[in-house]
Amino acid sequence: MRELLALLADGIIYSSWLFIIALGLTLIYGVMKILNMAHGSLYALGAYAAASLVGYWMGHGRAPMASYGMLVLAAIAVGVVAGPLIERGLLRFMYGRNEIVLLLVTYALFLILEDVIKLIWGVEAYYVSEPYGLLGSFDFAGLTYPVYNLVLIAVSIVAGSALAAVLRYTHAGKLLSAVIHDREISVAMGINVSRFYLVTFTIGTMLAAIGGALTAPTVSVVPGMGVQVIVLAFAVVVVGGLGSLPGAALGALIVGLVRSAAVHYLPQVELFSIYVVMAAVLIFRPKGLFAGAEVRKI
Amino acid sequence: MTRADYTIPVLLAALAILLVLGLLLPKWLFLLTLALGKGLVVLGLMLLLRTGLVSFGQGLFYCLGAYAVGSLGQFLGIKEVLVLLLTGVAVGSLIAVILGLLMAKYRGIFFAMLSLAFSMIAYGLLVKTAALGSTDGFNVAPPTLFGRPIGGEQHQYALFALACILVSVAAVLTHEYLRTPLGRLAPAIRDNEIRVEYMGASVRNAIHVKYVIAGALAGLGGALVAMTVGHIDPEMAYWTTSGEFIFVAILSGTGSVIAPFLGSFVFEIIRTYAYQYSPNTWQLVLGSALLLVIVFLPAGLWSAFSYIRRRT
Repeated sequence: MRELLALLADGIIYSSWLFIIALGLTLIYGVMKILNMAHGSLYALGAYAAASLVGYWMGHGRAPMASYGMLVLAAIAVGVVAGPLIERGLLRFMYGRNEIVLLLVTYALFLILEDVIKLIWGVEAYYVSEPYGLLGSFDFAGLTYPVYNLVLIAVSIVAGSALAAVLRYTHAGKLLSAVIHDREISVAMGINVSRFYLVTFTIGTMLAAIGGALTAPTVSVVPGMGVQVIVLAFAVVVVGGLGSLPGAALGALIVGLVRSAAVHYLPQVELFSIYVVMAAVLIFRPKGLFAGAEVRKI
Repeated sequence: MTRADYTIPVLLAALAILLVLGLLLPKWLFLLTLALGKGLVVLGLMLLLRTGLVSFGQGLFYCLGAYAVGSLGQFLGIKEVLVLLLTGVAVGSLIAVILGLLMAKYRGIFFAMLSLAFSMIAYGLLVKTAALGSTDGFNVAPPTLFGRPIGGEQHQYALFALACILVSVAAVLTHEYLRTPLGRLAPAIRDNEIRVEYMGASVRNAIHVKYVIAGALAGLGGALVAMTVGHIDPEMAYWTTSGEFIFVAILSGTGSVIAPFLGSFVFEIIRTYAYQYSPNTWQLVLGSALLLVIVFLPAGLWSAFSYIRRRT
């Protein structure tokens, strides 16, 4: 029983982390039909920016608690700088092209960003563990967890519900649904679609960056940290159904719990189990768990 | 098609020149053999690309071919190069036949994602298999040809020559395949597969066949690379390896069976030098090159050649 609780706790923490990252990916795909391979690099950008800002903050002996503000600031900065730069500078010229071409474009972007990161921050590792330990820890099911993990869970819930609420209840969200449904008619109806794309991509970038920024205190920030994240995020959104918000949540939960179960009972299959789930879902529900039917075009 | 097809003469002439060049430039042998091996994988990927399918998991077959060679040498002591290569091809095609049953139903992003998932499964398995060296992989002993050593430091040229012969056979066969009705279906499937079905052809079968050929070629390529490098590790099945193959395939384009090998040479040379002189910016160069090709030469570098040819 106790082990089961620990398994659940680990799984949920991991799921929250996955969900924060998958959220941006699924938003960008849902609106723009771009499966963004550079998402992992944006995540890494967020982590690096957070490492720099927190490092600067602590280095100047400021209030440690405010370092959480620095994490958020880092994510916003990355979103506001990198998002519009990439969307206006590159992706805007690619709209309307095949999804596969867009996948390749973002793959090129991934290659470029990996090196941009190395050029800006160099190749040595950054450590900013201060925010991780700052909140202390608590005991649950006989194990000790850092309170920081609760922050992770809270952020994932807040981010997910905020995004869902914006989409469902605000004017802009309703317009966005129209854009998702039919881009051409939306343009004809006077909706500024290119602005929606710009804002969507910026928010998506910000979500990737906040995932990275929140991870930065828990790991060493090194080049290539986004490379493994991107396939994990793909697994999550593919399991849930591309472009579906509840799908991403369910996908994150499934992948997170499966991994946690594997780590607890059969550590040899940890990595392998995630991709088995991904393959199995694709085999039995080719469009993911939350995908609607599609019109066949002749 | 009224224009004469020079592909096969050009290919054979190029490989003959390569064989001579290999004698003159012994320092380049390693790189050339590596490029030929990886070119085989890209050749298979090209078949799929012509059909409009991008496999983000070709590293799976590449890795399987390599591990087949490594395991035969390690556990059974088999070092006969032809047996090893055949096993690589056999393993690659067998797995492709099985997975192809599923893969043939998928298109677009889902094809890419399912192939990615399969290759990552293999990666996840290999990383945790202690008997196969986990993340470090293991060394592959130099093979022999009819009992005589081939490959390794001293006999690199022999392995290179064998690679040239294998590549010419594979390229000629693929070229002939592209001219068969089944081969010609590829662009039609890419453009509109429902109409292909109306014509009475089975899209699924056509894709399955291409997938198996691609798997066999990748298995062969992996086997060759394993013998050339003398070391294998699970990284061969990781998604970045598959991404590299896609990169080369897009760069070279689908215009001719020669293109993948040319692209592979260019890539290996760029990589070797860029890695030496600017280890922190070479991916940036690759990414920018990929973008330029996607925007300005959607049919790959090869289309620049045929454009010049059309003009003259």
